[in-house]
Amino acid sequence: MADRELVIDVRGLTKRFGDKTVVDHFDLAAPRGLIYGFLGPNGSGKTTTIRMVCGLLRPDAGSGTCLGYDVLAESRKIKARVGYMTQRFSLYEDLSIRENLEFFVRLYGMDRGRRRVDAALAELGLSGRAKQLAGRLSGGWKQRLALAACMIHEPELLLLDEPTAGVDPKARRDFWDAIRQYAAQGVTTLVSTHYMDEAVQCDRIAYIAYGKKLIDAPSRDIPSQVGLKGFKVHADDLDEAERRLKGAPGVEVLARFGVVIHVCGRDVRALARAVERIRGLEGGRADRFEPGLEEAFIFLMSEVADNFNGAGP
Amino acid sequence: MISLSRILAVFAKELVQMRRDRLTFAIMIMVPIMQLALFGFAIDTDPRHLPTAVELKDDGPLTRSFLASLRQSAYVDIVTIARREGEGERLLRAGKISFLIVVPENFERDFVRGARPEILFAADATDPVASSGAIAAAREIAARAFAPELDRLPTRLRGAPAPFEIIVHRRYNPAGVTAFNIVPGLLGVILTMTLIMITSIALTRENERGTIEALLSTPVLPVEVMIGKTTPYILVGVIQTAIVLGAAAHVFRIPFEGAPGAFALAAALFIFTNLMLGYMISTVAKTQMQAMQMTFFVFLPSILLSGFMFPFAAMPGWAQAIGQCLPITHFLRIVREVMLKGAGLADITGDLVPLAVIFAVLAVAALTRFRRTLD
Repeated sequence: MADRELVIDVRGLTKRFGDKTVVDHFDLAAPRGLIYGFLGPNGSGKTTTIRMVCGLLRPDAGSGTCLGYDVLAESRKIKARVGYMTQRFSLYEDLSIRENLEFFVRLYGMDRGRRRVDAALAELGLSGRAKQLAGRLSGGWKQRLALAACMIHEPELLLLDEPTAGVDPKARRDFWDAIRQYAAQGVTTLVSTHYMDEAVQCDRIAYIAYGKKLIDAPSRDIPSQVGLKGFKVHADDLDEAERRLKGAPGVEVLARFGVVIHVCGRDVRALARAVERIRGLEGGRADRFEPGLEEAFIFLMSEVADNFNGAGP
Repeated sequence: MISLSRILAVFAKELVQMRRDRLTFAIMIMVPIMQLALFGFAIDTDPRHLPTAVELKDDGPLTRSFLASLRQSAYVDIVTIARREGEGERLLRAGKISFLIVVPENFERDFVRGARPEILFAADATDPVASSGAIAAAREIAARAFAPELDRLPTRLRGAPAPFEIIVHRRYNPAGVTAFNIVPGLLGVILTMTLIMITSIALTRENERGTIEALLSTPVLPVEVMIGKTTPYILVGVIQTAIVLGAAAHVFRIPFEGAPGAFALAAALFIFTNLMLGYMISTVAKTQMQAMQMTFFVFLPSILLSGFMFPFAAMPGWAQAIGQCLPITHFLRIVREVMLKGAGLADITGDLVPLAVIFAVLAVAALTRFRRTLD
């Protein structure tokens, strides 16, 4: 990591709204081409962090560089080379697809604007519908258009704030294929998400709660960092098995994957005792297994359900 | 079945929402207070204390007593005693005074001789409402002024007719046509209403729809947004001006006496100022609804305190001070001066400068308010 160029290199990033500290001394280092996932409950400061990195919010404290520019003093230069896809659809619904793309091409001052727009439309597969109003598009198409709009100036850094919320699984897969491609071309991506299947796409994960980074590691190291142990539970009556396991001491993750239940916890002895509860169920069986990323994420996501209470905003 | 508890639920919800929307609530409370203050205290449809200049071409006990009696009169407030020829006329055209009273040369001599000298009351009749009261009172003022003198006169001069003549001139609008005042004034009102309203939602719409986030994530500068957003409406303002001027000339037969260039300059500045005022509102308001309400809040005094609907000179000092801060007040004066009085650029600088100042203040304020970030 150290030998690769750092696209984002910030330290001690802090943001307060009133007397609430939303982001608290946040360090972030992202090398070129990395897909960096921000995981964390609502209100944990993911959006605020992303906005500070791209200059939409001014940090109250902290320093560092983004794309080689100072995050405090050179936010305009950063903006010119960053693509930011907002959580909520933020293109103009009363402009056509083409007009939206043209608008952003011109705001970024790109040359050969018309060709860029044509290329983007062709890539989107929207050439035939270029005159359609953006507001008339379905959720999945809006999201693809939004991605096209924030990629139209060929940014080196892509910031995605819960990019596929409310998008069907097929569209989500296509979306991530595109992100992978950009990453291969050297585009760095910072993405905040709630979805496990998005999180598994990331090369590196930062887990955030109450504005603080609790875990920051390559994705493959996350399971060992979390330290979960697990059992795969089979039974003819899975509902009954789930009822018996739910809330049992030692059970920290309880997730159904098709016809099995994955039961995980950090204390393997307590977990083993809990799994005893299914004894006597028809077809009841429990096998040890090594929990992977999915279980680790479910654990992380459920650990702090919501940050709106207490310290978060 | 109508359920009382459901009605109460909706009622309670509305109350909570009303309380949350502080600005709307404040405006709901402020509007009646403002209207009471404006109509109750500021507006006087029988204007008194009209700024007046007196040109004295004679000097003597009669003239001095006439002057003293004018000072007593509630209708006129003497702001200047003009000694030089033409000074009064200039003040009248520049709108500094509403009345010019000229006492002719050899007034005293002719008075005593019974030659019935003429006292001239020249009123600025561009606003017939404002000048009518004082015009009607002119004879009375003069008669009362000379009453003590008449008693001392030789008997042969007493009784009707009075030993002097009052000549009343309604300047710039000899027939006292109300449309002469209203139609040019309407130009200001129309431009104020539409331009402020349109631009007041310029940014609030971006905020409400969330598009501001995408806009701000680009390298666009606040001043670029401001100019880009307001410029399209300059055209709207120009079209509106053309429509009103066309109607004024061809439908209402209102003369256009002054310099078109000066008029165009003032109209352009006024359009810019209104756009800036609307844009300023859009940096403050959080929703389009709030923007509309704030527009109304500007609109109300613009109609009532600008001299459009009610005579400016008749308002108390505080109301005039508010009026001076409104762009429309200055524009109305300029329009009347140029269209009806034949004023040129030099005559209207007194109102162009305040207009430019208001514009500059608003532009700076709007740019300061609009940030490049979402903070």
